[in-house]
Amino acid sequence: MAIMTYRQALHDTLRDEMLRDERVFLLGEEIGVFEGSYKITAGLLEEFGPRRVRDTPIAEEGFTGAAIGAAMLGLRPVVEIMTINFSLLALDQIVNHAAKIYGMFGGQASVPLVIRTPGGGGQQLGATHSQNVELYYAFVPGLKVVAPSTPADARALLQAAIRDDDPVLFLENLALYNTKGEVPDDLPPAPIGRARVTRQGRDLTLVGYSRTAHVAAQVADQLAASEGLDIEVVDLMSLRPLDRATIVASVRKTHAAVVLEDDWLTYGIGAEVAATISDGAFDDLDAPVRRVAMAEVPLPYAKPLETAALPSTDDVIAAVYQTLDAVGRRHVKVGHD
Amino acid sequence: MSPAARSTRPRAAAGGDATAEHQRLVDFYRRMLLIRRFEERTARAYTQAHIGGYCHLNLGEEAAIVGLLTALEPTDYLFTNYREHGYAVDRGIDPNRVMAELYGRTDGVSKGWGGSMHMFDTAHRLLGGYGIVGGQVPLATGAALAIEYRGGREIVMCTMGDGTTNIGAFHESLNLAALWHLPIVYVIINNRLGMGTTVEASSAEPELFRRGAAYRMASARVDGLDPVAVAAATEIAVASARDGEPYLLEVVSERLRGHSVVDPAKYRTEAEVADLRAHDPVPALAARLVAAGVLSDEQLEEMDRAALRIVEEAAQFAEASASPDVSTLFDYTYATPVDNVGARYPGDPLFPPAPRPEEVES
Repeated sequence: MAIMTYRQALHDTLRDEMLRDERVFLLGEEIGVFEGSYKITAGLLEEFGPRRVRDTPIAEEGFTGAAIGAAMLGLRPVVEIMTINFSLLALDQIVNHAAKIYGMFGGQASVPLVIRTPGGGGQQLGATHSQNVELYYAFVPGLKVVAPSTPADARALLQAAIRDDDPVLFLENLALYNTKGEVPDDLPPAPIGRARVTRQGRDLTLVGYSRTAHVAAQVADQLAASEGLDIEVVDLMSLRPLDRATIVASVRKTHAAVVLEDDWLTYGIGAEVAATISDGAFDDLDAPVRRVAMAEVPLPYAKPLETAALPSTDDVIAAVYQTLDAVGRRHVKVGHD
Repeated sequence: MSPAARSTRPRAAAGGDATAEHQRLVDFYRRMLLIRRFEERTARAYTQAHIGGYCHLNLGEEAAIVGLLTALEPTDYLFTNYREHGYAVDRGIDPNRVMAELYGRTDGVSKGWGGSMHMFDTAHRLLGGYGIVGGQVPLATGAALAIEYRGGREIVMCTMGDGTTNIGAFHESLNLAALWHLPIVYVIINNRLGMGTTVEASSAEPELFRRGAAYRMASARVDGLDPVAVAAATEIAVASARDGEPYLLEVVSERLRGHSVVDPAKYRTEAEVADLRAHDPVPALAARLVAAGVLSDEQLEEMDRAALRIVEEAAQFAEASASPDVSTLFDYTYATPVDNVGARYPGDPLFPPAPRPEEVES
């Protein structure tokens, strides 16, 4: 057992997988000499050499497509795309090719590929560098999309993703790289496609993934301390496949849900979660499902505007209160009005 | 196209074995004829509604296909675009299975999942037919990267149409291949039309092979109506790739019909169409073989009957092959099984519906 950052967990897992399997290699922009824009790959070029840690030109479509082609021949490439915003340049290769090759050719070729890429806003990076477009990939059958929130889950899911024979989009988040957590030494790969209840509760279900799973846990702790609320937290961990059963089981118990997402509201991950709850827990639901998401604007640069556009802890707390008000059984020690 | 390219002729088999050269030409002709008859039979099956979707034919491209594939070894890899039936047949895949794919049947090369644009066969190392213009170019580049990674001696051939040379993926791929010294031959089949748009109307450098210069990549242009010239040019390209230097080969070809079976090609003038027919590579090679005294008219007819028998049998085989059972709909979403995958038909609910009120009361 070691306490380490999310960044360190990713780094160590990449290294361990490369040591374990000669077919695993890394490619992406600035991952070698520069050691990665976020230093996930620090030291790996020196250790493994340029054959297995391959710096690429700025050509997301080209090098992502090349990774897919290499995977078709049995290698297990791990692509780093500097931010998820830039993955849009490779959208044709990811959606029209990586996701299609196994099915379109009747199962003759698989694509054991991992695309690691961080989302995240809030650093005044402006409209094109602050998006959370994981939904675009979670929409597509043939892809798997995982979004771990802790260092341990990052390790377990990255192991699973690299050993999986399908293309996996591995969502990271700029705000998570420096977060710390315990990582067991002998952690096995985590099954893709399963959510986890990270906090048991009875009053309401908070659903999050990646960074928002932390926000959910934080709000649950805060409201337990301040108001005695007993909130359950579901960390989705996997966006495709989506573990609908775990979400629904939670809401059948709590009868209310608020979904936290870093993407935009309309058509977002939260919309899918809300539809799932509607289908699976309609009779158990005591209030409409609320979603807390980014304001639907191209994210502005100016700090007050940016802050106003991003979902905050207060936004989540307000949504929890309003949902419990709608339930009509809010039992809060201290009013907020 | 420049007249110079059109006039390219095979090098004389200087001092070589004339009989062997003639046998090679006969082999080329037999293969070209099979592609021709296969595609004509395909067009007929399409108009009879046995084949759905889009259907792009290799009519006019026969000499190019045969010349290109002659230069490959069985262990080399081939990536193509959506106009690939002829490549599949000439690569040695059973025509029955190619036709069965067109019919969408279980015996098809892609088990009925791909159709006309998505032929794939691991054994023959045809790694796809791809329907998105340019989609195959980065993939083929990555296959070459995998070969280089393992230190193999295979090469990759990646064919594409003239229109593909304006796609970003083309340029990104050529740059990567040149930077990394990958064993790949990029082949531009320049039939002078991207659907109905001419090369001159879409490419600022219409001599497409010159684009290799931007990546310091060796390149050449060859007359795609002459299988011998194509084979000779391809051998040079393949040798370069096997030495770890990628190569760009432009094959100036023809498209005898519209972009797809349903395209009447009204954008072509009568004079153009007459010119096309005059340069049709299949009868041209037949005439050459007869003039050289290699084949008689009777032998040509017998070869034609043999080709027709093969494609007719292919159509019958395809017709008799079973359609995929609908229970197999979810068989190929993922290679590694995964929980919560949601194998639901369109009318299925996410969760079992709640019981009706009368059931609850009783």
